[in-house]
Amino acid sequence: MTFLKLTASVLAVAAASSTAAHAREQIQVAGSSTVLPYAAIVAEAFGENFDFPTPVVESGGSSAGLKKFCEGVGEGTIDVANASRAIKDREVAACAENGVTDIVEVRIGYDGIVFASDIAGNSFEFQPRDWYLALSEQVVVDGELVANPYTMWNEVNPDLPEQEIQAFIPGTKHGTREVFEDKVILAGCEATGDYDTYLAAAEGDTDKARGKAAEKACISLRTDGRTVDIDGDYTETLARIISTPHSIGVFGLAFYENNTSILQVAPMGGVVPSTETIATGEYPVSRPLYFYIKGAHVGVIPGLKEYAEFFVSDEIAGPDGPLAEYGLVSDPELADIQAAVAAAGVSN
Amino acid sequence: MSTEIQGSSLFAITDNVRRRNLAEKRFRAYGLSAIAVGIIALIVLLSSVLSNGSGAFMQTYVTLQVELPADKLDKQGNRNVEEMKSVSTFGYTPLIRAAVVARADQLGWGMPDGMTPKDMGAIISKEAAAQLRRFVLANPDVVGMTVTLEMLANGRVDGYMKGRVDREIAALDGNVSPQQLDLVDLLVEGGNLEKRFNFAFLTSPDASGQRPEAAGLGVAILGSLYMMMIVLVLALPIGVAASIYLEEFAPTNKWTDLIEVNISNLAAVPSIVFGILGLAIFINFGGMPQSAPIVGGLVLTLMTLPTIIIATRASLKSVPPSIRDAALGVGASKMQSVFHHVLPLAAPGILTGTIIGLAQALGETAPLLLIGMVAFVKEFPAAPPEGFFDPASALPVQVYNWTQRADAGFVERASGAIIVLLVFLIIMNAVAVMLRRRFERRW
Repeated sequence: MTFLKLTASVLAVAAASSTAAHAREQIQVAGSSTVLPYAAIVAEAFGENFDFPTPVVESGGSSAGLKKFCEGVGEGTIDVANASRAIKDREVAACAENGVTDIVEVRIGYDGIVFASDIAGNSFEFQPRDWYLALSEQVVVDGELVANPYTMWNEVNPDLPEQEIQAFIPGTKHGTREVFEDKVILAGCEATGDYDTYLAAAEGDTDKARGKAAEKACISLRTDGRTVDIDGDYTETLARIISTPHSIGVFGLAFYENNTSILQVAPMGGVVPSTETIATGEYPVSRPLYFYIKGAHVGVIPGLKEYAEFFVSDEIAGPDGPLAEYGLVSDPELADIQAAVAAAGVSN
Repeated sequence: MSTEIQGSSLFAITDNVRRRNLAEKRFRAYGLSAIAVGIIALIVLLSSVLSNGSGAFMQTYVTLQVELPADKLDKQGNRNVEEMKSVSTFGYTPLIRAAVVARADQLGWGMPDGMTPKDMGAIISKEAAAQLRRFVLANPDVVGMTVTLEMLANGRVDGYMKGRVDREIAALDGNVSPQQLDLVDLLVEGGNLEKRFNFAFLTSPDASGQRPEAAGLGVAILGSLYMMMIVLVLALPIGVAASIYLEEFAPTNKWTDLIEVNISNLAAVPSIVFGILGLAIFINFGGMPQSAPIVGGLVLTLMTLPTIIIATRASLKSVPPSIRDAALGVGASKMQSVFHHVLPLAAPGILTGTIIGLAQALGETAPLLLIGMVAFVKEFPAAPPEGFFDPASALPVQVYNWTQRADAGFVERASGAIIVLLVFLIIMNAVAVMLRRRFERRW
């Protein structure tokens, strides 16, 4: 009988304690896996330097993070969403529907997207048009749209080494993919003049619809295995590059900088990617990184505002801070952002 | 035909017998080769994990004299800890750098071209500044003195000491230079740098991507332990009670049949489904906190229950009916016969099933992905029962987390974590086997 009694009391205690309100002390962060390493560095330093507990940082992707962020207001919801792209109008509307109206956007800096290959292999020097010609589903040859005939890099550009085209690019669930399509494939499509051919062939009632169709045709990539979508992390891309020596992968600058002993980076448009060339805007393939704070939680969750201010402070996000050292391109307008964060949530 | 059989002898092998003997030989060869393939796969797995991960159990430490100038750390000069907190870890980094430079000068280090004091300080882990700050705030009286401090070496320096990084790699690597490795050699000669067993790997919390050398499994082990406690406390009594009722008391009708089918079915449901269930019920509906062991424990309880129920019912079934009949025959009630006689005899089997269920739950990652346990958690959860509601990590989740980090140092850590997980699993399974051997009765 004692066994039964013990069981009953244990269950009772468990039930009672689970219903008891448990005030949350630590900040909850979720979102982009690109921002995750930076957020973890800041969270760690925040925990060390303040009396607040170290924030909990979850990964899962920009969209998933913003979805969680928009679930509502209160202790059961997250306080900060990390994103490798700006929040969309659709998401702002979803947030508002659940009562999340006071959203503070904080840009933390820029992330470069680099093209790298095995350090023992050939060196490359790319133009966006090379990537478009190598990966596009259809290209224009002698004024005719044909299925992509190229199999070697030197066929798309005689200056490139004679090597089979094999690329590992981020999958469609990554924010990086959008930037890659926009700044490389689409740019290349326009540079080759193929865009105009697509536009002429595009169907649609308005100019806008035709333009959209042409853009879509530009960024549709070949499906014959010359380019492979990687849905996992950069570690997976790296593993594929190592196992397929004559291949080129798309990485974040921070990841490349941590693996310079196994990877060599290819200049794009004649510019070698580095925090400096990205900050000046010379290197074409980069994007801003953000985090979003729930204004209603400022003053409720202890340390939230301090965390945001600490994140964008000069000693963290500045050009000499640990984030820049890890590969983040420091925001040239950091002072403005600091002022905006300091003003956030004052009304609460 | 019949004459042939009559004329045959046991000693003369006919075609038919030869065929059958050959078939048996082939079958044995198939079996052996299947086992051989299994063993080879196991050896490959273990040797790759061990060769990658054994390094995680050793760590390079640097011992240096660090000067703690009062004018930097305590500007008011009153040793007030609250005021001293205004000096952040960034204020402590130069002190560590100065300590490296001072020791290098003592050892006759000629600074090579292109190397700065900052590069020299970089051979020490970034964790050291935080460690020094904690130490100073805990002992404010040391300000103004010079203390001997043992600090972690940077991950790349640690890799050099373990043979993972050499000068050729360092020349290409943006995070370490050959000159820094020369400095490391000098400090090894000077007796300041040594490699030894790394207890901190088992006790310290996770660290960010810049400090692979400081990352440990402390929070993950504690989180896994909490979840196992919850699973044990909930799944064992519920599972045993359900099995006893179903096996000993319940009438056989279509309802119990339905329940039985459902239990067997649940045992085969992919674990990620339980994660989705946990997210919907415990977090979204029940309002429980994210990333907390309580939610993980409840989800794993649901997952383990069918395993425990099936094992318990099997061991209850194996108790011979004569035991029950004898108990009932001397006037015991049905419940007395179960609790006094059947249950104790079935206990070893129940415990074995429970331990195997727990071991399965310990290694489970998929359901934890959905309830926010795949996170960077640096803070240790409090002691139970409050700690069940604090964020924590778990062992398999920590492995998953580390394999995604950019720094090569985390590959070693992830393999080290796999070794720790395997050791826990081996211990649990060994205990299960031992219990069965010792207490199992056969009739």
